[in-house]
Amino acid sequence: MIEPIELHTPLTGEACEKLRAGDAVLLSGTVLTGRDTAHRRLFEAIVRGDELPVDLEGMVMFYAGPTPARPGRVIGSVGPTTSGRMDAYTPALLERGLRGMIGKGKRSSEVKEAIVRYGAVYFAAMGGVAALLSRSVVEARVVAYEELGPEAIRMLKVERFPLFVINDCRGNDLYEDAVRNHQFSTF
Amino acid sequence: MREITSEAITDRVKALFIEANTVLGEDVLWAVRDALRSETSETGRYALEAILENADIAAKEGIPLCQDTGVAVVFVELGQDVHITGGSLYEAIQQGVRAAYHEGYLRKSLCDPLTRENTGDNTPAVIHTDIVEGDRLRIVAMPKGGGSENMSRTAMLTPSQGIEGIREFVLRSVAEAGPNPCPPVIVGVGIGGSLEEAALLAKKTLLRPAGKPNGSDERLAELERELLRDINDLGIGPQGFGGRTTALAVHVDMIPCHIASLPVAVNIQCHVSRYREAVI
Repeated sequence: MIEPIELHTPLTGEACEKLRAGDAVLLSGTVLTGRDTAHRRLFEAIVRGDELPVDLEGMVMFYAGPTPARPGRVIGSVGPTTSGRMDAYTPALLERGLRGMIGKGKRSSEVKEAIVRYGAVYFAAMGGVAALLSRSVVEARVVAYEELGPEAIRMLKVERFPLFVINDCRGNDLYEDAVRNHQFSTF
Repeated sequence: MREITSEAITDRVKALFIEANTVLGEDVLWAVRDALRSETSETGRYALEAILENADIAAKEGIPLCQDTGVAVVFVELGQDVHITGGSLYEAIQQGVRAAYHEGYLRKSLCDPLTRENTGDNTPAVIHTDIVEGDRLRIVAMPKGGGSENMSRTAMLTPSQGIEGIREFVLRSVAEAGPNPCPPVIVGVGIGGSLEEAALLAKKTLLRPAGKPNGSDERLAELERELLRDINDLGIGPQGFGGRTTALAVHVDMIPCHIASLPVAVNIQCHVSRYREAVI
């Protein structure tokens, strides 16, 4: 039986320390959404020394661009995009206090090292089940870069959002463990 | 000469894209249920069950299966005895895509490649046209997600690399993609033709019902079975969490190529394999 760990935002270093690659998690609280272009803008603002439009301290960034909400709904379908595209910007965001990321797919060795250095965590949400995941979102509003449309930064309030820990702060990686434990042929 | 109005084409394209984005095909549902029977990993089974639950919610609530409602790929077979009235074929399709993504609350995912500015209406659609005999118009709508498309590859192998080279390239492509394209995936393989023809052929194989073997060439049907077995031995599993089900199906098709060449393309499709067709 999969027995998920209940977790709440803001994420603390203590909470992250207890998480291990392979853990199932139900996350409640607020998360920010942000993907390619929003990340580039945040990164450029950091490089220029500008104030960021959002406070990253203890925050969790969900790499997602939801579909538009139908009237009467808080959000459309929402799920993770491929995290690797954000790798170039992630260490700088972790340095600014970001504590967790939600996406899908592999991270670079630089990001994995930064996760260990800053005591953070990388979760995967299930890809391609965005109608199901939208049920865990109870509130959504745009908080920055509205002109980016689906790529704008949103604040989501989530309740028991189902996640799996991929990279923990000890340097473990679920994707690598998974292949080691299940493979019959190598490549 | 049979007349078809551009308005009829627009309406049909709109309906096809909305339906493809919200209702998962029976072929995929069947393949996922089948995979559940052989999946040994607990997290793998959890992820497969989530796919079935998601399909149920999306269809009942009329919301997209995936937030990535894709680039709008349209395959058109235009009968040479059809006359389109009231506007051009391509503009009628673009209008149908615009209407689907606006009225269907689908995500607009297209942008300028350099400035990254969103085009705002999910156009331009990618349109492939074949002129065929007869007086009918066949339209296939295929919303194609970016995550799986990014993991697709084309190789210009040398003839000496042969079928072993093809096998190795396909397997390496899926292994390197790992969890990124939302496994379990459907792997489309196009062999032969030219650089662009191999890629198009690979994409067209994804329009075959999931797991239906190549019906025209037993050698390719055999290659499909072998590749599926080897891919599922990689251990990547559903969502990359580990398990038996890395791919639901492998589809291979082939056309003749130059004596100097052996082009191979691998087009990876996520488990939300979406396409709908209509004949007018």
